[in-house]
Amino acid sequence: MSLWGWILVACAVSIATKFLGFLVPARLLDNPRMLRVAGSLTIGLLAALTATNTVASGQSLVVDARVAALVAAAVALWLRAPFLVVVLVGALAAGLARLLGAA
Amino acid sequence: MLLLKSPAVRVGLSVAVATGLYGLSFGALSVAAGLDVLQTMALSLLLFSGGSQFAFIGVVAGGGSGISAMSAAALLGIRNGVYGMQLNVLLRPPRWRKLVMAHLTIDESAATASGQRDPDEQRRGFWAAGIGVFALWNLFTLLGAVVGNAMGDPARWGLDGAAVAAFLGLLWPRIRAREPAAIAVVCAVITLVAVPFVPSGVPILIAAVVAAVLGLSGFVPPSEGLEPDVEPYAPGAPRGGA
Repeated sequence: MSLWGWILVACAVSIATKFLGFLVPARLLDNPRMLRVAGSLTIGLLAALTATNTVASGQSLVVDARVAALVAAAVALWLRAPFLVVVLVGALAAGLARLLGAA
Repeated sequence: MLLLKSPAVRVGLSVAVATGLYGLSFGALSVAAGLDVLQTMALSLLLFSGGSQFAFIGVVAGGGSGISAMSAAALLGIRNGVYGMQLNVLLRPPRWRKLVMAHLTIDESAATASGQRDPDEQRRGFWAAGIGVFALWNLFTLLGAVVGNAMGDPARWGLDGAAVAAFLGLLWPRIRAREPAAIAVVCAVITLVAVPFVPSGVPILIAAVVAAVLGLSGFVPPSEGLEPDVEPYAPGAPRGGA
């Protein structure tokens, strides 16, 4: 299937997931296990995405300017910078690291 | 205006501005990942969930397949189903309104509503944040995508660094205790170990399975990880509604 196809499937799944929440019986909420899985999935996926976007390049691991972006973003977040500032700091750090000769 | 006197509406609108602005980065990163402007807008208009949208383009940018990208987005969107259940109990909407409410169900609208105590304020907070974020998120996605398109080579502008920062920024507010931090570290390490052995995108799905097992095992307290990207209520500030 083309990228367009998967985009539309992703959209349909998202809409269905949200709507399903409004349809299931309320007592499902009393099940702490469901909340735990939804929460830990969110954390695990975001951590995995952070890791691959920092050091994965196809199927190999490389240390390049993106590591500088990770460190700079962490400092910005620690200083409680808003999201957009954090993203700009990440871009700036990667750009600077490349100017200084990082791959 | 009477509506602007409502604390929930004011909170919802300020969250909408903050969240909308980071739609700029989504738009720019999406075209850098190889999607065109129309595909980028389809995600913001129809999928409409920041984390899942970033996940989709993050997998595509790393050379992952469409099905991996879709799966990562779908798994990350499961929490929206939980918000839907919570909002259904909280706001008790009439049946016909559920479809529209479901589409506007995201981290920010759920958090704005549940931060209020008065039922009318909860309702106003939901709609203000939901409609506000939807409008501004899409507006700024379009702007980011058009600007990103004009920028050319993503690496030259450090856009790959921006993607790293964006994912860390989404993860950060959800790490408030030792258990979620442990899950994040375990999943990151497993992902990297898997990278050389399986096709791009698949390591992320392996990490998802591990995270789900950790969640099922009762390792984390309930509702860890279900925090909004943009916290509507500053820590320690009054939660409004009387």
